[in-house]
Amino acid sequence: MLLAKIVGTVVATRKDPRLVSNKLLVVRPIDPRGKAEGNYLVAVDTVDAGVGETVLIVSGSSARMASGLKDCPVDAAVVGIIDEIDINE
Amino acid sequence: MQLARVIGDVVATRKDDNLTGMKLLIVQPITPDRQPVGRPLVAVDAVGAGVGEDVFFVRGKEASFPFYPAEPPVDAGIVGIIDHWDVG
Repeated sequence: MLLAKIVGTVVATRKDPRLVSNKLLVVRPIDPRGKAEGNYLVAVDTVDAGVGETVLIVSGSSARMASGLKDCPVDAAVVGIIDEIDINE
Repeated sequence: MQLARVIGDVVATRKDDNLTGMKLLIVQPITPDRQPVGRPLVAVDAVGAGVGEDVFFVRGKEASFPFYPAEPPVDAGIVGIIDHWDVG
């Protein structure tokens, strides 16, 4: 899974019917020290996350195992809101 | 599977119900000579690994298989703690 910061939301009126009523967020992956890295992603929110929060992103077919996303055409889902990151190298 | 070192952990109070009770660790993929390679990521722990240990982890939906029949939404999971390796 990836750590990411939520930077915005996406609104799409015309979309796959299975995406209706899902909240779509724009997220930017970060490294464990908080530095942004890589490309922005659109992820489905399953935990009521909001802009500015640090979250856990699951990608690929595993995203469909998140709550409420069974058989949905998604490849990235927000599955947790991060309270704390401990690094000890 | 990939070699990695566990370098930290994350705490998330609010999360998917199927992630309750799972340990989430930060792993840094490494080469056989223990040099970091690529980006660190978060992996779910299936074997009781801890910070500082060398492990191997699996990517993709298979990361949830150790928890069958539960289906936690995870795409990386630690499935072995490495005692030692030999590379010729």
